[in-house]
Amino acid sequence: MSEWEPSAGIYELRARAAMLADVRAFMSSRSVMEVDTPSLGQFAITDPNIELFEVATSDGTRFLQSSPEYAMKRLLASGSGDIFQLGKVFRSGEHGGRHNPEFVMLEWYRVDWTHYQLIREVAELIAETLRLSTWQIWSLDALLEHFCQINLHDAAELELKVAAENAGIDVVGDLDKLDYLDLLMTHVVEPGIASWGLVFIVDFLEQQAALSRIIERGGNSVAARFEAYAHGVELANGYWEELNPDILMRRFEADNDLRASRGQLVRKIDERLISASRAGVPDCAGVAVGFDRLLMLAQGRSELSQVIPFSWPLA
Amino acid sequence: MPNFSTNEFKPGLKVMLDNEPCSILENEYVKPGKGQAFNRVKLRNLRSGRVLEKTFKSGDSLEGADVLDIDLEYSYTDGEFWYFMDPNTFEQHSADKAAVADAEKWLKEQEKFEVTLFNGAPLTVTPPNFIELEITETDPGLKGDTAQGGSKPATLSTGAVVRVPLFLSEGEVIRVDTRSGEYVSRASKV
Repeated sequence: MSEWEPSAGIYELRARAAMLADVRAFMSSRSVMEVDTPSLGQFAITDPNIELFEVATSDGTRFLQSSPEYAMKRLLASGSGDIFQLGKVFRSGEHGGRHNPEFVMLEWYRVDWTHYQLIREVAELIAETLRLSTWQIWSLDALLEHFCQINLHDAAELELKVAAENAGIDVVGDLDKLDYLDLLMTHVVEPGIASWGLVFIVDFLEQQAALSRIIERGGNSVAARFEAYAHGVELANGYWEELNPDILMRRFEADNDLRASRGQLVRKIDERLISASRAGVPDCAGVAVGFDRLLMLAQGRSELSQVIPFSWPLA
Repeated sequence: MPNFSTNEFKPGLKVMLDNEPCSILENEYVKPGKGQAFNRVKLRNLRSGRVLEKTFKSGDSLEGADVLDIDLEYSYTDGEFWYFMDPNTFEQHSADKAAVADAEKWLKEQEKFEVTLFNGAPLTVTPPNFIELEITETDPGLKGDTAQGGSKPATLSTGAVVRVPLFLSEGEVIRVDTRSGEYVSRASKV
């Protein structure tokens, strides 16, 4: 293949164009308004596991956004009602068979919905696109019990480590409990649910809440967060959104503490998001879907590059 | 040697792992959207040839291994070491028994072998895929039996024993596949 040629075939690009139109039709039929918030923001997320592209501008450093979440919440606080964005987002260093540092994200918010109502809508979109007739919901601890025979909420770091060793995973270096959980997810659970069709995972650990609220489930505090996996591929991540600006502020500060301890750059906290939360973001649930991955699965492909016009090495 | 980060782990890169030189075979990036990224890496231990599968946190790094593959001509052995010469610089390298290993039975003078140097010393010796060697010992050839059928053991000038067709006799030169240790054809006499 010569380097000027696209990584995707023209057939896949037609399917891509059709799916972009289908998604917009899906949202339009449900009266969800399309918005296009900026790609270059003065602030960015504090998540220690997401690295950003920084762009030098005549007005100082700006960040290519890894998700339109914060700007969309500022719109929600201004009374936008239900909104969606279908556009490019950017994550530095994320390149592999199922990762491209520049990718298309479909993100939407539903006012006055819980994450369970949103799960149903995500299922309608994905099941329709992938022609899957059924879907199921599992709690994270039930999946870990099923595949790794551990009780996630009670388990100490060592038990997760042993579970990883029992699964034949030979890991170099030291991990903490959340890292081991991510390891078991990517190495054991994802391949394990690959034959299950569409699976929603709910009730994440409190420490994995990100911007979701904390709720009680069977005597445990869990994050009101969900992820969607189709054929073992992570497709979506959604929250019943945390609205309290003080709680958000504490989480951002904790993120920055972790970043500092790992030697990563500390991020300026997005005060405009905090101000919008003080003004009042309505009760809502939101979700982000990896559009390219959804297209990849719909086309029966195994690599993102096969459905992206020019993948990272050719861009 | 410089350090290499997981995103630089391309196939063929030589790195040190647990004090052993290894070659990267495959590198797969996996990451939950909201979690720690990992690289699932397959490596070959260059000393033992064993393939290992290891998982690294993305961004971790390994020290590069001072490993070089060069073509050297085999010269001779003194029983303890096997001596190879760089035909361009005439520099001599001595390989021990562990480095020569299974290649020993194919060592023919003035033949080129791929020698992997680790910190300047031979780590492994790889024979060419095909090599032409003289039969030094075998049962007498059966005239006329060129069509098919049986085979017999033959000892070659380097000490290797291969099965050859019945019609071949001592003094003849044959072509052998060193990977399978099998006779390929009769070669023109040296």
